[in-house]
Amino acid sequence: MRLLLALCLLLLTITPCLAVDTPDEMLPDPALEQKAQQIGQQLRCLVCQNESIEESSAPLARDLRHIVRQQLQQGRSATEIETWMTQRYGEFIRLRPGFSPATALLWLMPLLSLMVALLLVRRLWQRSAPPPTPLTQEERRTLNSMLKKD
Amino acid sequence: MRLTRRHLLAALPALGAAGLGIGFVRMLHGLNQGHFDPRAINTPLTGQPVPGFPALPPLPDAPGLPGLTRENFQNIKKPVLLSVWASWCLPCVEEIPFLRQLAASLASDATPLELWGLCYKDQPARAAHWLEQAGHPFTRLGMDQDGQGAIDWGVTGVPEAFLIMPDPQAGGRIVWHGTGALTETIYQTQIIPHLEAKP
Repeated sequence: MRLLLALCLLLLTITPCLAVDTPDEMLPDPALEQKAQQIGQQLRCLVCQNESIEESSAPLARDLRHIVRQQLQQGRSATEIETWMTQRYGEFIRLRPGFSPATALLWLMPLLSLMVALLLVRRLWQRSAPPPTPLTQEERRTLNSMLKKD
Repeated sequence: MRLTRRHLLAALPALGAAGLGIGFVRMLHGLNQGHFDPRAINTPLTGQPVPGFPALPPLPDAPGLPGLTRENFQNIKKPVLLSVWASWCLPCVEEIPFLRQLAASLASDATPLELWGLCYKDQPARAAHWLEQAGHPFTRLGMDQDGQGAIDWGVTGVPEAFLIMPDPQAGGRIVWHGTGALTETIYQTQIIPHLEAKP
């Protein structure tokens, strides 16, 4: 148990492996650099499309990382930077797409699946009805007399 | 025969398979006709005015080949085909024969468009050499050595091309954005229709 706890704690120390090529690419201010990484992890590298720009070592990703940091230093907010990127590369650049008619199904899928699951569970419960209650003494007597008649 | 729920349930997989089949046939048909491209990227600039981008200087030793700025698109008389390329990119070499042929056909009087270039992250000497090989197809060329101009155009790699229609109010309007090497087929099926649609 203690070993398991220790292993879990060790897992917490794992940080994502980022592709920042050179230390001088990073911002001197650690808080701002952390913010830049958070923004960058939400932006898709358009060359290696399943990586974020923070993970990718493609030249375009490096340029975009640089732009994120430049704009943060100019005091732009995360939303402004994301809008700047979306204007150029479309919604596709966002690894977490915004809610729109095109992404509604994607976002609502967990809710829809939950509703379907609840419906199924309800139907299962209805099907397994309780067994009929045993006949009372009087009922049994009536039944026997009816059967004897034949 | 009475239609029971069992029959309906059995029909479900068949219907699903039929739906998939129709989808595949439509996809293949689209691939054949050229209106479906699985490798197509998102092109949010299509239909938009020419974006703002830093002024791109000309090649140092190329007289008669001016650089590229946003203002150049302001008063274009003819549609402009802007080709984004680099001498280090193999598909760009692949499209040289077509560019040469297009430039030659544009040299006649009835030119339907102008061919401009944006040279992405390239060394001027190598770019000049490439131009010689391509038969100097462009009438304007912007050198984008740090790649910032291409980012404003939403370029994800080379080669890419844009078709810009004259629109003085918007400063030129992008009507088509293609990725990959330009070919005669793409020109005929995707660019010519835009040129003919011009009022």
